[in-house]
Amino acid sequence: MGEKLLMKGNEVIAEAAIRAGCRYYFGYPITPQTEIMHYIAKKFPSIGGTFIQAESEVAAINMVYGAAAAGARVMTSSSSPGISLKQEGLSYIAGAELPAVIVNIVRCGPGLGGILPSQGDYFQAVKGGGHGDYKMVVLAPSSIQELYELTVEAFNIADRYRIAVMIMGDGTLGQMMETVEFRDREEIEEADKSWAVTGTRMEREHNVITSIYIDPEVLEDLNNRLQAKYRIIEQREVRVETYNCDGADIIVSAFGTVARIVKNVIRMAEKEGIRVGLIRPITLWPFPTETFRKYAEVPAAFLSVELNAGQMVEDVRLAVNGKREVYFYGRTGGMIPTQKEILDKIREIYKNSR
Amino acid sequence: MQHEIIIAGFGGQGILSAGRLLAYAGMLENKNVSWLPSYGPEMRGGTANCHVIISDEAVGSPILNSCTSLIVMNGPSLEKFENMVVPGGIIITDKSLVPEGPQRKDVDVFEVPATQMASDMGNLTFANIILLGKLVAATGMVSVESFETALYKVLPEKYHHLIPNEMEAFRKGMEY
Repeated sequence: MGEKLLMKGNEVIAEAAIRAGCRYYFGYPITPQTEIMHYIAKKFPSIGGTFIQAESEVAAINMVYGAAAAGARVMTSSSSPGISLKQEGLSYIAGAELPAVIVNIVRCGPGLGGILPSQGDYFQAVKGGGHGDYKMVVLAPSSIQELYELTVEAFNIADRYRIAVMIMGDGTLGQMMETVEFRDREEIEEADKSWAVTGTRMEREHNVITSIYIDPEVLEDLNNRLQAKYRIIEQREVRVETYNCDGADIIVSAFGTVARIVKNVIRMAEKEGIRVGLIRPITLWPFPTETFRKYAEVPAAFLSVELNAGQMVEDVRLAVNGKREVYFYGRTGGMIPTQKEILDKIREIYKNSR
Repeated sequence: MQHEIIIAGFGGQGILSAGRLLAYAGMLENKNVSWLPSYGPEMRGGTANCHVIISDEAVGSPILNSCTSLIVMNGPSLEKFENMVVPGGIIITDKSLVPEGPQRKDVDVFEVPATQMASDMGNLTFANIILLGKLVAATGMVSVESFETALYKVLPEKYHHLIPNEMEAFRKGMEY
């Protein structure tokens, strides 16, 4: 490991992408993630990268499609309203089976909303915000060090499965500074990209990258192949942190920065004799269903804490499958639950469950 | 031990960079640190604040609901954050800009005329550094040496010639 640095989350995403071999970035500015573009625009000229501030988010995601089709490691970044604009392109990228990394530093909605932290894009990210049956791998880091490691890994996962990988954070993670230590060199997995459209030089058959299949039998074959790939990813790529779960009275589920607030609450609850565990999904898709199943009968109840009106809680309920009550606590609009608010909710659930 | 610091004032007073210097100095001492700036709509109105944590243990939430130390460089910030300081904590105000001091009786209050002192030194931008000097003297959260190193690490090279003066301002704050 190298020198310890104090860096902003957004800048760490950009630095990690460069270290992972990303040399193509297309995007359009939007708060609270624009520092990603700033950093890349400054660094790319000296390392032979191609940076384009596109005329719109729609243009940017289609430039991503093009660069990915040519076999490049490519990234775009935006925040919620901009990510909504990219949904058509993401569906095409899924249909064409292209690897790409998309960063969403989520802000609060709906509509133009506000610029403060939110997790209101969970459904859009994990259930498919674009049309058709497709999935993206969705990574939800909760510290700056993890943001670095997962950004590098996002490029490896994208290449490994020819799939779009989304890194989902919020303004807290994007704007805060924390210590980060970069590795001396990254482990970049060499992927077979013989499918890429790079020109045949009259030496081979044409490669075709497309997402249009008029023949229903052929299109069903594609869908079956995609679904088979998704089942493999569900088996291999789940990442989850469990904390204090054995013997817990209540298990809280939270992701991203909210999980950090919950860790403080766990210490406060311990002083009152309430043992609280945490399941922190690091991959929101594939969801750590098995982890929830494993702990389903340990606590008296589950509580999902989110910066939205109740989204991940639905996946927790599916995983717990009726074995325990699953409660929800959330704030919206950029409001962030205080430690005391969460503790009050835990006390209430604890009292009612006895 | 965990120091939880809120620094607040107007945009342009070096509020965010003051927090960053503290966090950097903490990191140099192998502490766990976080720095979280306000980036919301309140910045447009001209106020700025940041949350800094310097801890022996892993940092949980970077968002503070209370703090052990508060530095304020304008009146509205004192009003907004005064009640977030834990009993026994510290409030440091820039007395030049906050003539009416804190109401709290259960905290240690230091009213330092930092802007006036900086003006006397011929450089208004030293006010934040003077207040940081007082904070470090009152809490010992980082060493003077680490703070000086942090200045060299954080400031762009073109400002390095100012650092001896900044350290003089820092010491004036410590001694006030």
